[in-house]
Amino acid sequence: MRWLLVKDFQILRRSPLLVALLVAYPIALALMIGFALSSPPGKPKVAFLTEVPRGQGRIHLGSQDINISSYAKDLFASIQPIVVHSRGEAIADVRSGRALAAVIVPADIPQQIQSLVTSGVGTPTVQVILNTNDPVERQFASQAIQARLAQVEQAVSKQVLRVAVADLQQVLNGGTIQFLGHGFRLLGLRSSSALLQQAITQLPARSPLRSALGRVVGFADLAIQGLGFASPVLGSIGTPLTVQQTQLAGKTTPAATYAATISVIFSLMLVTMLLAAGMLALEREEHTFARLARGLVSPSALLAEKVVLAGGCAAAAALVMAGGISIFVSLEWSRFPLWVVALALAGIAFGALGVVIGGLAREVRAASLLAFMLSLPIAFIALVPTSAVSGTLKSVLDTVAFVFPFKPALDAANNAFSGTAPGIGWPLLHLAGLAVVFGLLARAAVRRLA
Amino acid sequence: MPATAATRPATLAARSVTKRFGDRTALSAVSFEMYSGELVAVIGPNGAGKTTLLSILAGIQTPSGGEVSTGAGKVGWVPQQPAIYSKLSVTENLRLFARLEKVRDPDAAVEKMLELTELRDRAGDEVGSLSGGNQQRVNVAVGLLCEPAALLLDEPSASLDPRQRERLWKFIGGLGGRGTTVAYSTHDVLEAERYADRVLVLADGELLFVGTPAELERAVGGSPRDFEVAFVRFLDEHGH
Repeated sequence: MRWLLVKDFQILRRSPLLVALLVAYPIALALMIGFALSSPPGKPKVAFLTEVPRGQGRIHLGSQDINISSYAKDLFASIQPIVVHSRGEAIADVRSGRALAAVIVPADIPQQIQSLVTSGVGTPTVQVILNTNDPVERQFASQAIQARLAQVEQAVSKQVLRVAVADLQQVLNGGTIQFLGHGFRLLGLRSSSALLQQAITQLPARSPLRSALGRVVGFADLAIQGLGFASPVLGSIGTPLTVQQTQLAGKTTPAATYAATISVIFSLMLVTMLLAAGMLALEREEHTFARLARGLVSPSALLAEKVVLAGGCAAAAALVMAGGISIFVSLEWSRFPLWVVALALAGIAFGALGVVIGGLAREVRAASLLAFMLSLPIAFIALVPTSAVSGTLKSVLDTVAFVFPFKPALDAANNAFSGTAPGIGWPLLHLAGLAVVFGLLARAAVRRLA
Repeated sequence: MPATAATRPATLAARSVTKRFGDRTALSAVSFEMYSGELVAVIGPNGAGKTTLLSILAGIQTPSGGEVSTGAGKVGWVPQQPAIYSKLSVTENLRLFARLEKVRDPDAAVEKMLELTELRDRAGDEVGSLSGGNQQRVNVAVGLLCEPAALLLDEPSASLDPRQRERLWKFIGGLGGRGTTVAYSTHDVLEAERYADRVLVLADGELLFVGTPAELERAVGGSPRDFEVAFVRFLDEHGH
């Protein structure tokens, strides 16, 4: 096997384009993924037009004014605003691509909000214009704007509720309000009730006013109870639900680390399968298989050599890639020996699958194409969250993920990189089992080469 | 040479060798012997079983029946298309196969083959850059690395131009002169007549004739113009 390995390395050395691709591909992928994961999300450029005249962005609620124009700055937290001065300019910016979208705040929005909060009638509407050319960018801009508008809407609602609750408290307990620059003291329902009860006790026993004032006191008490109950209810509307998260398992993988792991395993799979399938098919294409199999090398030794060559090269490239990614994403270097074990075993399992393909395809080009075409669905199926589908489809996806090495390789590498549950033992055992099964299949497939 | 053949032990012998692929019989009870220094051509129409016979003699395929016995020496195998690595140089190919053949001194064996094939000046060139004739010489040299007592060549001159053929046959003739038994299959019956000591005529898996080219010409009636005509008439007379 040693001399075959030497020979294959000599052949690879004479194929500088292929070697450059094998070396450059994981490094470039590592850098791209690293930058993508470590960079903050971008802000879409959005043309922003407010038609509300300066100084008129206020609504009046009870005793207070709320400046709704001040909430526009909250919108700018998720977008890069391009201030425009007319609807035509906003639409032109979107059409030209200078802006991904436009947000137009109409002049009557303060009145609409005012009407809504005071009489329950009104439809405050913000207009969003989206560019329809690129569906991905359109969705990105739309989600950014809508998420931020929902936050602004919630902030305005909270402010309105705060004012309403404060006014109710003053009706209940009394206080001072400002009106036309003058301060006025409000008595409040509670004080009124107390005063009335005091007045009743001062009246003659048979005074007809006792009954009338008693009914007023009863109404006041009922109002106190009702409003006392209404205040906390109104206050709770602004934040009706609080979510408390509890993680049952121990350590979990950060999303960035998981994404990095996927990219490492995908690269490992692609490089291993292409190399194993291609190098075995090359023996057929060069007509050397029959000569080797004539007693010089056993078919099993030849297959093992291809698996070791492809798996070893790809695992080394994957280690370089993981090292590169660790500059951007947190990977646990203290577990490096487990990185090596997980990637090496994954390389062997993918290599065994690769030699099955090489044995079946027989020609380098066909083998490479088949390996590439098989890699993509294997990865995609393993990445579909099976809890998102049901019934038969779930069983099919689970089975496909089980019989190919991508899922166990991902689990093993995930544990090796970040020490997360489940443990590394089962995925490694699974990979070893798949390597044996694919090795046996390759042994049968390689008969076709002769 | 055939006159002395009976007195020498056979380098390679087939006894009732049969090969079936499913219902089809590719070889039917083929028996013959080959002797040291002898050049034997296996000829016959397409599908006669020439490549199957050589593959069985080389150990690449196993017979369905019968047996193949070899003398004390090894058997070298040269497939029809060069079975060498086009990205490796001539020297690297020879050294690799010498190591795989477990030759005691691989470097000496490489030197010897470079000398024999007269490819010393191309030793460092990638095989893929050589002409078809030179590639075939490397292909033959790889078959000779184990210093075989018998060398089997499957249509060695196919796809070569006349000049390259001439050089190849000179090279193969030299092997016979050094005592190596050489058996080759060919479509070109004139090559068989010119270079072979004996011919084996196969048709539909049956061995129809074993003897010298002159004996084949005598075996057909009348006076054929040349060996090719005699060969075709022989096949006709035997219902092929």
